[in-house]
Amino acid sequence: MADATAPQFSPEQLAEVRRLQGLYPDRQGALLPVLHMAQDAWGYISLEIEEYVATLFEMSPAHVHEVVTFYTMYFQKPKGRHVVAVCHNLTCHLMGAKGIVEHMKARLGVEPGETTADGRITFLTVECLCACEQAPMLQADDRYEGLLTPEKVDRILQGLA
Amino acid sequence: MAELILSRNFSVPDAHTLRVYREGGGYKGWDKAKGMEPAAITEEVKKSNLRGLGGAGFPTGVKWGFIPKGSTAPKYLVVNADEGEPGTFKDRYILERDPHALIEGMLIAARAIDSRLGFVYIRGEYVQPWRVFSAAVKEAYDAGLLGAGVPGGGFDIVVHRGAGAYICGEETGLISSLEGKKGWPKVKPPFPAVKGAFGHPTIVNNVETLACLPPIVTRGAEWFAGLGTKTQGGTRLYSVSGHVVKPGVVEAPVSVTLRSLIYDHCGGIRGGRPLKAVVPGGSSAAILTPDEIDIAMDVDGPKSKGSMIGSAGIVVMDDTVSIPDALMVVARFYAHESCGQCTPCRESTGWIYKMTHRIVEGKGRKEDLDTILDVAKRGAGTTICAFYDGAVGPYISYIEKFREEFEALIRSGAHA
Repeated sequence: MADATAPQFSPEQLAEVRRLQGLYPDRQGALLPVLHMAQDAWGYISLEIEEYVATLFEMSPAHVHEVVTFYTMYFQKPKGRHVVAVCHNLTCHLMGAKGIVEHMKARLGVEPGETTADGRITFLTVECLCACEQAPMLQADDRYEGLLTPEKVDRILQGLA
Repeated sequence: MAELILSRNFSVPDAHTLRVYREGGGYKGWDKAKGMEPAAITEEVKKSNLRGLGGAGFPTGVKWGFIPKGSTAPKYLVVNADEGEPGTFKDRYILERDPHALIEGMLIAARAIDSRLGFVYIRGEYVQPWRVFSAAVKEAYDAGLLGAGVPGGGFDIVVHRGAGAYICGEETGLISSLEGKKGWPKVKPPFPAVKGAFGHPTIVNNVETLACLPPIVTRGAEWFAGLGTKTQGGTRLYSVSGHVVKPGVVEAPVSVTLRSLIYDHCGGIRGGRPLKAVVPGGSSAAILTPDEIDIAMDVDGPKSKGSMIGSAGIVVMDDTVSIPDALMVVARFYAHESCGQCTPCRESTGWIYKMTHRIVEGKGRKEDLDTILDVAKRGAGTTICAFYDGAVGPYISYIEKFREEFEALIRSGAHA
């Protein structure tokens, strides 16, 4: 993993940045995809990374900051090795999301928005992930997991090393 | 059971691959459209009575027609795959199980509006749909269906991932986000068809809307129009969730009644319990009571009850549900997702969430309900986009239709 204090993409990553920028009529269109790349590379997007990304687009770091802070999926602080996001919107709420959230709190010992002390899991509550047919549901990293019970939540958490 | 059109591939193994899609008749619509004049495609879509299936329900062919005639500027086709309306999940099924239906629909739409470049804006959380759809796009390139040099077309697709923001499902917010900005909606006019993404004429269509195009072209506008009602053609995908026996995506002609969707298609209410309320079109639609469900689920039916079909996300609530508690959850969502650009929305969504929260916590005040209604009604129609109007739908309808329940809760001071 690259050093977050002096961020620099590898030559291959820089080539990918240029490719992405070339896909849009204005290269700024590639800002969200490049921020996804940066988060994949460094785990989160620090102010230093915002400044670095700004140089790749020849734009103000303030603009990058404005974008990073607008969206929920960009982390501005280090996150856990895994992110578990429990939906607490309408259908999931009707189907017992509150109990799932309470169970997660008890199991992990942290509140939504926090990361376990061992850095393993960042626990979030989120708005509708649009898998209401499987409510209550959560997103564990890239995966959707539905029809949750406390036992199923335990199995999911055990699978996250 | 009526014929499945949009969901015919959902349970076919490997239907996300080009081979299986083609075996099922895939890309025949595009083959036919290639031989049609662009204006003839638009005319066919107008005659089909296809309405936008993302939420607004605007006639698709008419929308295409807003591109200035004779414009030589580049024109962009943008697909709204930023599915986010609470209670809705049907576009995910298309992206994951029938991605070529979207690509084929895009090819047809692109020919109609003379676009050479399309963007598919997929919500950031949809990682698996994004992977499956991206693989389908690659297959389509490898098969010579996409790419600048293709005869009869010459269309490129860029798959773009969002980063978490409900407002980017609003078409001008989506355009801002696609341009690499925060997803603030833009003042209309100019409408995107005149000045949209990157300053050029842009058509934003929903995933499911575009997936309707191959069958329309293949089987004709009259056939499609005949499946529906007078003002809306076709079938559509209803996302049904909550307290039904069999939640899921249900395809039905748009003339289907809400009662039939709940009781025939989804097995009725769990445990045979009574229905208490139902949201017919995603959380932004006004809530309906059990005596309001004998309506056709086209654009007109829910409207006749002061609600809207929206994204056709149906959330069913049985008699165990606390309506004040449900409103608190919905209000929390709008407070969280307000983009902050317009004052009435930014402020009201926050204050109304706080008031619903204190009501649910047993700390409600007698005047809270009228305050919420007053704030909701004053703000409606005063903002740049329809987000706040969408929030107002539930604020007003939950309180007006279940006022006694709210009042009893406030009087008792109990937790909901």
